[in-house]
Amino acid sequence: MFIKPLLRIVPDGTRIPFMQGRYMGLIVSAFLSTVSVVLFFYPGLNLGIDFSGGVVMQVRTEGPADFNQIRAALAAQHITEQGVQRFGDESEVLIRLGAQPTEAANQTAVAQVRAALEKGVPGARIMRTDAVGASVSAELFRNGLLALVISLAMIMVYIWFRFEWQFAVGAVVTLILDITKAIGFLAITRIEFDLVMVAAILTILGYSTNDKVVVYDRVRENLRKYKSMPLRELIDLSINETLNRTLGTSMTVFLASLPLALFGGESISGFAWVMLFGIVVGTSSSIFIAAPILLFLGEHRLRRDAAVPVVAKATASRP
Amino acid sequence: MMYFSRMKTTVILAVCLLGMLLGVPNLFPAPASWMPWRTVHLGLDLRGGSYLLLEVDMKAVIKERLDGLMDGVRQALRGGQIFYQTLDAQPDQNRIVLRLRDPARTNDAVAALRPLVSQDSGTGQADMAIDSNPDGTITLTLSPVALSRRASGAVEQSIEIVRRRIDETGVLDPQITRQGESRIVVQLPGIGDPDHVKQLIGKTAHMTFRLVDETANPAAGGPPPPGDEFLAMQDRPNEKIAVRKRVDVDGADLTNAQAGTSPETGEWVVNFTFNSVGARRFADVSRANVNHRFAIVLDDKVISAPVIREAITGGRGQISGSFNAQSANDLAVLLRAGALPAPLTVVEQRSVGPELGADSIRAGAISLAVGFVFVIAFMGIFYGLFGWFANLALVVNLFLMLGIMSLLQATLTLPGMAGILLTLGMAVDANILINERIREEQKLGRPPLAALEHGFSRAYSTIFDSNATAFLAHVMLFVFGTGPVRGFAVTITVGIATSLFTAWMLTRLLVSRWYANTRPKLLPV
Repeated sequence: MFIKPLLRIVPDGTRIPFMQGRYMGLIVSAFLSTVSVVLFFYPGLNLGIDFSGGVVMQVRTEGPADFNQIRAALAAQHITEQGVQRFGDESEVLIRLGAQPTEAANQTAVAQVRAALEKGVPGARIMRTDAVGASVSAELFRNGLLALVISLAMIMVYIWFRFEWQFAVGAVVTLILDITKAIGFLAITRIEFDLVMVAAILTILGYSTNDKVVVYDRVRENLRKYKSMPLRELIDLSINETLNRTLGTSMTVFLASLPLALFGGESISGFAWVMLFGIVVGTSSSIFIAAPILLFLGEHRLRRDAAVPVVAKATASRP
Repeated sequence: MMYFSRMKTTVILAVCLLGMLLGVPNLFPAPASWMPWRTVHLGLDLRGGSYLLLEVDMKAVIKERLDGLMDGVRQALRGGQIFYQTLDAQPDQNRIVLRLRDPARTNDAVAALRPLVSQDSGTGQADMAIDSNPDGTITLTLSPVALSRRASGAVEQSIEIVRRRIDETGVLDPQITRQGESRIVVQLPGIGDPDHVKQLIGKTAHMTFRLVDETANPAAGGPPPPGDEFLAMQDRPNEKIAVRKRVDVDGADLTNAQAGTSPETGEWVVNFTFNSVGARRFADVSRANVNHRFAIVLDDKVISAPVIREAITGGRGQISGSFNAQSANDLAVLLRAGALPAPLTVVEQRSVGPELGADSIRAGAISLAVGFVFVIAFMGIFYGLFGWFANLALVVNLFLMLGIMSLLQATLTLPGMAGILLTLGMAVDANILINERIREEQKLGRPPLAALEHGFSRAYSTIFDSNATAFLAHVMLFVFGTGPVRGFAVTITVGIATSLFTAWMLTRLLVSRWYANTRPKLLPV
């Protein structure tokens, strides 16, 4: 077993006519992305305190947490919480306070919760305190958005330089569709949208681009090799040729992220689930979205040199 | 492509070995103290600790500058026997506006105010502009350059004082750095509950000694008499006391302060010592005001207002006022460290207790181990021998990553651990690309060596392009990210670089050695 591969993901010579489903793929994708955009506005994202500002405290109690006791302790100190919820373990509780009017009020709130717990919930230990002021959260949001937009722009420019503009447009449109779906996923699952999620989305962006580049690279190569093959057939051929790689890499990245979602703990599992979702979306969009867009944009233009005499040898060498 | 000179082989193996050596210190504690044992820094989210982002109140800095300037203006005009109707500070416009009683003396006034302007030692620019109107209005506008220089100085000074205050609390290697225009980052490793530190840095701690106006009665209501202000007592917030605005001795003239107990009463007090200037002033004031009350004011609250029994000439004094051990010690710390030039506000706090940090490390390590096994199993099953070459490269890659991060003294955070896992998953992508390519080339009927040659060389541009875009995305994340997310970007960018090396150099070397030794008729791909 250490010499020969035991299994293949898809057999060699697989010729799935993916481009036949190009309209279907685009329609499904456009539909999902539209739904995602709607979900983004209603009910909207569950903004974490990185972006909404406010105070979050993670508390560990002795034995299973008594939510009523904690709520009562907070109420006794006239603290208006926005939620006391279980966080992972049954002895772990997350207390959330909304955005306070001033930065100083945030700090007062932290001290008040601390005092209230000391008095009302014996044995409770504060494991984590995050307090983010309004000015900081606005800045973090701006920076996150900036990182996203600049990354997209840089990816576009890079692909444009290395390939043709049709490839760049195809990639960026697909990436935007990918990102909107990831945001829809966040809105449905109510996973908190915070800085780490921006990292997740950027990673999906990098991963998904990586995937597209591999397919595009093969298209570019085949364009030189089979000068007379219709673009539709050529794209199908390129996808099939790279299918083992596309699925192989998706599976390794998926397998690497899965334990993180299962055992990584409450604060990182959200990140991992979004990654898993992104891997599935990014892989399928390489095949069903990026490639059809290239087909539409490039049908005539990428074949500028089709007038050049056909090189029959290359096709002949194929079985 | 498949030929490696002896030199090249040595270099590749040396880099791998060196990388692994650099990575090893992360697995064990240092066996001896003389050994260079550089490890990855654990982020505050993993080791436990607090991150505080402080904002220096720039408005207060400007206001203080304008207040000082107003004093200067008053004195200058008094010296020149020039009278004014109004004198106002307009902090929003960074200026002071005054109106003379006699417009005819405008030129005299401007001449009298001229000495208040100082030139920048470097650029020679004036720090303010004096404009006058024939109607007797004079405006002094601070130049933005001078103001931003002052603000910058205030931040630097605040950092120094915050450092002194934190050092007194015994926190082990705190990191205090400037961020941007007006912010200070304080990192406190191991401190999961920074309440005490926040209390210490939340106080300006500007101490003044001033006379009490015994003729005024705050309880009677009405505004305080000119030159006085009503201040609350520190321990009895409802009780106010009339204190002269004029500062007789400033806390900046203290050289030392220590908490102790009073031998007579046994209660906690703070003993202080003045420098020579402070001692002389303190002696003069106390001599002239025996049997009068003297207020000790800290941040606009009166700590105590004892009656002066006799002239205090030794430059030593004692503050008492219902302290306990903690509060007396804190006050001593604050006085020793000096006053902040402007108030500081905590605008962001992230604290993680060491217990939670340890939990996160455990969860991260389990995920890492399981993910590693998954990826290795996948490669072994789907790519056979070449998969195992890739797996070997993957192990080296992991060590190289750790080694480089240790060398850079980079910080490993929880998202950073996730980054390592993702890198593991993506690192084998290069190997998958190469293996698939070799397989294709062999299918086309090429003999083994040619298939290897073509496989590696054709996969190269794909590997480069696909990694370059991912690299770009994560560099952006590093530039715009903060805290733990930056740790993620660091691990991924380092991981992309090392995985390119191991996939491209190391696996190729392994395959070429294997081919040279076995000369197979068919490649097992």
